[in-house]
Amino acid sequence: MLLNNRRDSLVRSLGDTLDTVVAGRSPWADARARFFRNKAAVVSLCLLAIIVLVCLVGPYMLPHAFDSADWDAMSLPPTLKNAHFFGTDESGRDLLVRSLIGGRVSLMVGMLATLSSVALGIAWGATAGFIGGRVDTFMMRVVDMMYAVPYLLIAILMVTILGRAFYLVVITITVFSWMDMARVVRGQTLSLRSKEFIEAARAMGVPTRRIIFQHIVPNLLGVVVVYTTVTVPGVILTESVLSFLGLGIQEPMTSWGVLIHDGTTVMEISPWMLLFPAAFLSITLYCFNYIGDGLRDALDPKDR
Amino acid sequence: MALIEVRDLGVQFQTGDGLVYAVNGINFALDRGQTLGIVGESGSGKSQSVLAMMGLLARNGHASGHALYAGEDLLTMKPAQLNRIRGNRVAMIFQDPMTSLNPYLTVERQMTEVLQFHKGMDRRAARARSVELLDAVKIPDAARRIGTYPHEFSGGMRQRVMIAMALLCEPEVLIADEPTTALDVTVQAQILSLLRDLQRDFGTAIVLITHDLGVVAGLCDQVVVLYGGRVMEQGSASDIFYHASHPYTVGLLGAVPRLNQDDASLVAIPGAPPNMARLPKGCPFSERCNLADAHCVDTMPVLGPSSHRAGVLRACHRSAQQVADNHLAELSSA
Repeated sequence: MLLNNRRDSLVRSLGDTLDTVVAGRSPWADARARFFRNKAAVVSLCLLAIIVLVCLVGPYMLPHAFDSADWDAMSLPPTLKNAHFFGTDESGRDLLVRSLIGGRVSLMVGMLATLSSVALGIAWGATAGFIGGRVDTFMMRVVDMMYAVPYLLIAILMVTILGRAFYLVVITITVFSWMDMARVVRGQTLSLRSKEFIEAARAMGVPTRRIIFQHIVPNLLGVVVVYTTVTVPGVILTESVLSFLGLGIQEPMTSWGVLIHDGTTVMEISPWMLLFPAAFLSITLYCFNYIGDGLRDALDPKDR
Repeated sequence: MALIEVRDLGVQFQTGDGLVYAVNGINFALDRGQTLGIVGESGSGKSQSVLAMMGLLARNGHASGHALYAGEDLLTMKPAQLNRIRGNRVAMIFQDPMTSLNPYLTVERQMTEVLQFHKGMDRRAARARSVELLDAVKIPDAARRIGTYPHEFSGGMRQRVMIAMALLCEPEVLIADEPTTALDVTVQAQILSLLRDLQRDFGTAIVLITHDLGVVAGLCDQVVVLYGGRVMEQGSASDIFYHASHPYTVGLLGAVPRLNQDDASLVAIPGAPPNMARLPKGCPFSERCNLADAHCVDTMPVLGPSSHRAGVLRACHRSAQQVADNHLAELSSA
């Protein structure tokens, strides 16, 4: 009797636990739980959040403007004097403020160019993969052609014709960085296309465009998210390259690429000019890579 | 005029070995509330014939003939027009419920989409209607379960969701491609009685594809027996079951295990289904038929009315009487 009671209560509590487990746990929720168990990824995420926050808020907290010269302090090494914590450049501009402002620009370019290139890559790849046949062949040859175009040459041409501008940098980077995503997405779409649930959706009369964007794309997001985290550092790096070559952001506005470029010219006399912006850039890139790793493991646990 | 009428339906596939004729000359007509069973072994062309009707053939497939729904040919329809009929007037249930639902969308999203698209309902009305149907297919606590993802349902539950989804727009024709094959036996029985109830309530015409003869006996009015992409025998369910007149049908029925037999050995039709790319010139079943002679191997029998019962069509060079005699002789010798 006692045993029976005990068993009943056990069964009931088991039922309760099952009930709580059952309540709407999406594949995403599982992935999130796995991601937050990955220490490197979580640390990177926090670090990245701090960098973003500091870049956004920092310049308001410091007494210097990014484009105003401090005539008493030119080419100063890191010091507490006048609150030039990272030192100053040869015109006496505070390096900390310039690094943070440059970070805003670099992260902004990274975000905008990544978003647009990811969107373009998904739309292009999913359409090519789902429709298939000649359309697919044509669209993928366009991708191959884009790979063959030397982007620096085009960038130089565009800057020569249209002048240096923020939006040009974003457009140039977008135009030359969507192809990888398109290829990855197309491959995934090819394998998804023959899945039964896509056939079922067609049997329910869902039109092609809706199938691509409502049924295929959600299934791609795992790959897309992981690939995006790899794209961001690439894009930031490309911006640095363009700025380094003088094709990107224009003085007195700055970016990490510009600062690193300026730093290399004076690295023998004032090494801090190179070290601080380079540290910002590399820490950010590392963070993105670790987050990407974490996301890949979280979204595709079988692949380890 | 029948609700759905299939005339001389054929399916061909362009393959590396040349053109493969997967399905040849299927004819049937179905009225409201009726059930047609399509029976045959794996690879006999059962699934391909209904996929052709739904415009779901693989890229290298081509459908010939006609599949008329309300007088309009589904096979020659433009995709946009077909999309207004598929899922709306003619719906389909797939074989494997585990893979037929999109894993990244909630059940709600997948069900409401159909209603929004076909009926122009808003999201809330569509949700209410979806819950109603999940209730109708006896999913407990439907209002809460609708917000969950497919992986949170068991196989039987998922097949119920698929059935509910197929019934959302109250289709006039429901095509069920082996709806119970992937489920275990107790769940099979539930799903079948569910289909029967729904047919009674909604008056849906059902095309049921199966290789389970017990399912056919319980549910179907008419039966088409396919072998090697051709119709072997076709008629009312009772004629096919109690007066089978084709050696293949006789063999199929003989292969059904019976509980009332002491002998536990299973009866099989000797041989294997034919390679569709290299079908014999004559009757496709001639290789496995113990009544076959040189004539059977050389000449394709024509599907035609049989003298033994009105309304039955059969494709066999032997007469119904010969087949029956042979069957009796086999039984007595065994």
